[in-house]
Amino acid sequence: MSKTMEPDLHEPAAGISRQGGSQNEWKHPSDHWMRGFILDNRASLGTLGVFIVMMAVFMIANPTVFTTWYLYSSVLTTLPVALFVVVPLVFVVTCGEIDLSFPATMGFAAWIFALVVQAGYDPFLGIIAAIVTGMLLGFLVGSLVVYGGLSSLIATLGMNFLLRGLIQIINEGKSLALTGLADSWAYRIFSSQVLGIPVQIFWAVAFVVLSAMLYNRHRFGAQVKVVGDNPDSAQQMGIDVKRVRVKVFVFVGIGAAIAGTFSVMINFTWWPTAGDGYLLPVLASVFVGGTPTWGGIGTVAGGAIGAVTVSFIQTGVVAAGLSGFYVQFFNGLIIILSLLGHKWNQARYR
Amino acid sequence: MAERLIELRDIAKSYGHVYALGGVNLSVDRGEVVGLIGDNGAGKSTLIKILSGVVKPTSGDILIRGKPVTGWNAARSREAGIETVFQDRALAVQQTIVRNIFMGRELTGFLGWLKVSKEIEEASRLMREIGFTSKVFTPHSIVGQLSGGERQGVAIARAIYKQAELIVLDEPTTALSLTETAKVFHFVRQVRASGRSILFIGHNIHHVFDIADRFVVLDRGKVALTADRSEVKSAEDLINFMEDVAHPGGLAGLHDTGAAEQRAR
Repeated sequence: MSKTMEPDLHEPAAGISRQGGSQNEWKHPSDHWMRGFILDNRASLGTLGVFIVMMAVFMIANPTVFTTWYLYSSVLTTLPVALFVVVPLVFVVTCGEIDLSFPATMGFAAWIFALVVQAGYDPFLGIIAAIVTGMLLGFLVGSLVVYGGLSSLIATLGMNFLLRGLIQIINEGKSLALTGLADSWAYRIFSSQVLGIPVQIFWAVAFVVLSAMLYNRHRFGAQVKVVGDNPDSAQQMGIDVKRVRVKVFVFVGIGAAIAGTFSVMINFTWWPTAGDGYLLPVLASVFVGGTPTWGGIGTVAGGAIGAVTVSFIQTGVVAAGLSGFYVQFFNGLIIILSLLGHKWNQARYR
Repeated sequence: MAERLIELRDIAKSYGHVYALGGVNLSVDRGEVVGLIGDNGAGKSTLIKILSGVVKPTSGDILIRGKPVTGWNAARSREAGIETVFQDRALAVQQTIVRNIFMGRELTGFLGWLKVSKEIEEASRLMREIGFTSKVFTPHSIVGQLSGGERQGVAIARAIYKQAELIVLDEPTTALSLTETAKVFHFVRQVRASGRSILFIGHNIHHVFDIADRFVVLDRGKVALTADRSEVKSAEDLINFMEDVAHPGGLAGLHDTGAAEQRAR
């Protein structure tokens, strides 16, 4: 697939200037490619700015800790799990919906993975089973919202409790230890280290890049944005609005399944609470990343940078020498400052 | 004589025993701009819905290029090349011009990946075709940054991309300033020059008079007047006529032209 997509990657900026230059009819106010790039990526560049400023503050507070590799290594282990759900959530929010059921989907899909592995099957099979589970749960949640005509905020919250409750009832709070996992090929490919770098981050980055391309250079992303922007118009133009909406929930299901599986592989253990702690940091990442709440627009790259920012807050606060009591305060501060920044940075056409 | 694109014969539509349309005849030729004028409740929107196939007429015939069509519906209407541009809610304002033009009909290649440069090329060509050239905007500009008239241009370009033969413009100039209206007229003339037809619907008689080749005045579900441009001397003629239709018995005579004009607006 890469061959066919390559030329398109650099098209937008280059395409405009060529078009405008040769025909002298379309002239962009930002003819310089760099200005065009900045205008097109305002939100994600703003997020990057927030991240850099935050890190600078931490580093000034305690320069030595931030030179130790351990700090980054720990972030790079947990960050990928978040990235696999933050990115699909950007699609959901762009589509004008929200999904709060992903923590339970993470736990549920990871549970299926753990069951398959514990039964002695190959972990690859477990991963496939987990992804299929995630897709089915995403389809279930999406159908409930779209065909049931329910508010996605409330319906997905309900589904989160419902699925988590189901896990708790069946497992009675007991965890599953997967001792044999470390010897498997799947573990080596998805969860080991390369040159001291946790290998999950490479998979997560690949996922982010692929998703960003889906968002910006694929029919799916184009239709998600249009549906979030003006569903009436999309319907009129022949887009199956309901199908697109269900698809974004399925996408979250897939992402949550991968995230859940990765979190199990990091710990060699599945807990009935797996995924629970991700709800608020992941949501915060999406909005810190510069995707607005009203739908129609968003940024995958921004969401990813938002996830990096959020996952560095806790580590950074402690590393900077402040006590753990400051973590929540800084979490809130960063979220509020980011939102204010994006409000100032983004034009709203509505 | 130009080819007859669509003809409505004796179209009636009743909701229960309330008549929305009572035997309307309307035809549009290729390369013609027909102005459909009528007050609120005259049956304009019912007529548009019948044209776009959303509403089925109670009785009457629809002929496409001279041939009667059976089982008229939205799909048939689209096949016949009829596209309706509604003034509001037609565009996704946070998206680019390109994304709006190709909404639902993205140019895609392998596995659904967008052919971005081809879309830009095609969009530029469409915009040039209707005379929408700008030093300020590119196909990548956000529609929300465009003025009302320019947004109509994007919607018209989209209709042309969908191979429309007849573009139905529903009140395209109602909320627009003079300069913006002029822009829309410019687009309409370009579309006509390209051999396509336009049904221009409005209740501002001056606007319709300026742009249409033929006028159809609708009143309470019936065609009150069909006139060629050459038959009508001025917009005032039309206004006076509509006054007569609206208030039979010479009520129009009680008012001076200025007042009548204002009411017609």
